[in-house]
Amino acid sequence: MKAFEKFTGLIAPMDRANVDTDQIIPKQFLKSIKRTGFGDNLFDAWRYLDEGLMNKSPNERRINHDFVLNQSQYQGASILLARTNFGCGSSREHAVWALQEYGFTCVIAPAFADIFYNNCFKNGLLPIALKENIVSSLFEEIAASADSYCLEVDLQEQRVTKPDGTALTFEIAPERKASLLSGLDEIGKTLLRQADIKAFEEQHTKAQPWLFTDHS
Amino acid sequence: MSSNRTLYDKIWDAHTVGGADGTDSLLYIDRHLLHEVTSPQAFEGLRLAGRVPWRLGSNIATPDHNVPTVGRRRGLEGIQDPISRLQVVTLDDNCRDLGIEQFDINDIRQGIVHVVGPEQGLTLPGMTIVCGDSHTSTHGAFGALAQGIGTSEVEHVLATQCLVQSKSKNMRIRLDGVLASGVYAKDLILSIIRKTGTAGGTGCTIEFCGSAIEALSMEARMTVCNMAIEAGARAGLIAVDETTLQFVRNRPYSPKGALWSLAEANWRELVSDENAFFDIDMTIDAARLEPQVSWGTSPELVLGVSEKIPAPHSFESSDKQELATHSLAYMGLEAGDAITDVALDRIFIGSCTNARIEDIRIAAEVIRGHRVASRIKQALVVPGSGLVKKQAEEEGLHKIFKAAGFEWRDPGCSMCLAMNDDRLEPGERCASTSNRNFEGRQGYLGRTHLMSPAMSAASAIRGKITDPRDYL
Repeated sequence: MKAFEKFTGLIAPMDRANVDTDQIIPKQFLKSIKRTGFGDNLFDAWRYLDEGLMNKSPNERRINHDFVLNQSQYQGASILLARTNFGCGSSREHAVWALQEYGFTCVIAPAFADIFYNNCFKNGLLPIALKENIVSSLFEEIAASADSYCLEVDLQEQRVTKPDGTALTFEIAPERKASLLSGLDEIGKTLLRQADIKAFEEQHTKAQPWLFTDHS
Repeated sequence: MSSNRTLYDKIWDAHTVGGADGTDSLLYIDRHLLHEVTSPQAFEGLRLAGRVPWRLGSNIATPDHNVPTVGRRRGLEGIQDPISRLQVVTLDDNCRDLGIEQFDINDIRQGIVHVVGPEQGLTLPGMTIVCGDSHTSTHGAFGALAQGIGTSEVEHVLATQCLVQSKSKNMRIRLDGVLASGVYAKDLILSIIRKTGTAGGTGCTIEFCGSAIEALSMEARMTVCNMAIEAGARAGLIAVDETTLQFVRNRPYSPKGALWSLAEANWRELVSDENAFFDIDMTIDAARLEPQVSWGTSPELVLGVSEKIPAPHSFESSDKQELATHSLAYMGLEAGDAITDVALDRIFIGSCTNARIEDIRIAAEVIRGHRVASRIKQALVVPGSGLVKKQAEEEGLHKIFKAAGFEWRDPGCSMCLAMNDDRLEPGERCASTSNRNFEGRQGYLGRTHLMSPAMSAASAIRGKITDPRDYL
């Protein structure tokens, strides 16, 4: 995982609540055994006017020009703005992989579904929860802005800075922040506690021996 | 230990390794279930890092999402789509290489992972259980802390037997009263999600309790916990009682003899203490419920079968109004119409929500002696596992369905998420016993109405959404 660095990026407004992971990456693309190749099919059913199939090139597709990510002013966006409960539904981590591969580094919404939120941190995608009224005003400002609307995202300072220089702060658990900033391998970090896990396992085997009559 | 703990607190306390790191703890995992869709990248990551599974015996795998529901006798050769076949073969290879036990496509024990675990006694009370699938919440019916995880966490659990997690809040939903005839566990959980919304349980573990829950069979309790995730909760829980113990006893992998006695004594403690604190409390009068059915593209858009499709302005917030507007357009429905006037194209009885033997018995009882309406293009029954299928056939239920015009299929996730060939065509409308009615979930531009097996069967007879009580 890459360490998360401060950046300034274009924001794309997706004015929908309850965006579920079935929409972020539809099931037909989950047949892959790889972690890559999902970006072209991000929001597939909204982004294209024809049915998405595995191995169909984006060049052969009919583009839905009304869809926000297909509009010229949002090309190259690296921040996605959405309404509440973003990422609900299926646990598919492919949703995070697809958002990242498309080019998003950060998603801003009033609230995120638990599993999606968790999956973000395993991959270096930053989910920022801002209050509902702040998200609403961002939508309004983007709509009213003649130029491309960019935000500076500074995880270290837990701050998002608007084009006019106004700063918005956000909350994030210190451990999650640290893991994104360091980009450290979480499994490696947990394995540093091998002795603890082994000690627990020993005590757990005594307390609940029926769990350890291994069948294989 | 203090004596005012919730059931969730108790399982959590019994599984945390060492001290907490800030708000994060290491949670030890007793059981890890694997399937073909969310595991390949995890196995690859493990291999690339030169790591091996921490405790092989905690893992069990079965392919379910991608398998065809016809031609099972042909095994892998029966999977027409080469990309799907590769994914199933990859699970075979990974399990064989590492020595992980698998109920493969040729094994009669193969099935939907959340049906197979309990059926085999691999799901036990008090366990921590994870699987790369959000409907892992199903196993909470056994008083086990069962959660869906992403692929990175699948790899993390394989390598360390632990999850890094912060503790969630405690939420309790009490359902009292005797269910009316024609009202089932599916109606309970749909009415709950209607009330909580799809984010109402975010950040929570929900414990379901009350006389209506206590009266449910284990199959029905699994239906309730299965859809806790649709209320936003990563886990649902039901306290252990005689019904739980009765179900678990004598399963192939459940403890026997002296170990059983030891386990049973431990499991009887798996209830919330009388003075336990819940962050959120909610009560529903189960006796007043009528059969429920979803009308929109979110599992919270639910109606009683006698109600009319609501107008967007009847919702309070602008978010919900917008959701309702989108839903009406996508679903091709008119506000003010009776839900029972909605005509259907396909019927799906199956999924980890409703493909256990009890579900199939209930649907068979409704359909017995009737015919599927001529306008229905396809009516499917997809049993949850090879053993559910066998049991149903021993009871002669397959004959009832076939005589009525249903197709009797092989086990798998099937049309719940339409990764295999079972799917809706654009614009088609389905009466489905599954768990999600998101846009395109059952097929590109397909329209899903979630309901109980009884209502699906009744709807098959009439060719439109139908109150099951008309056929009971």
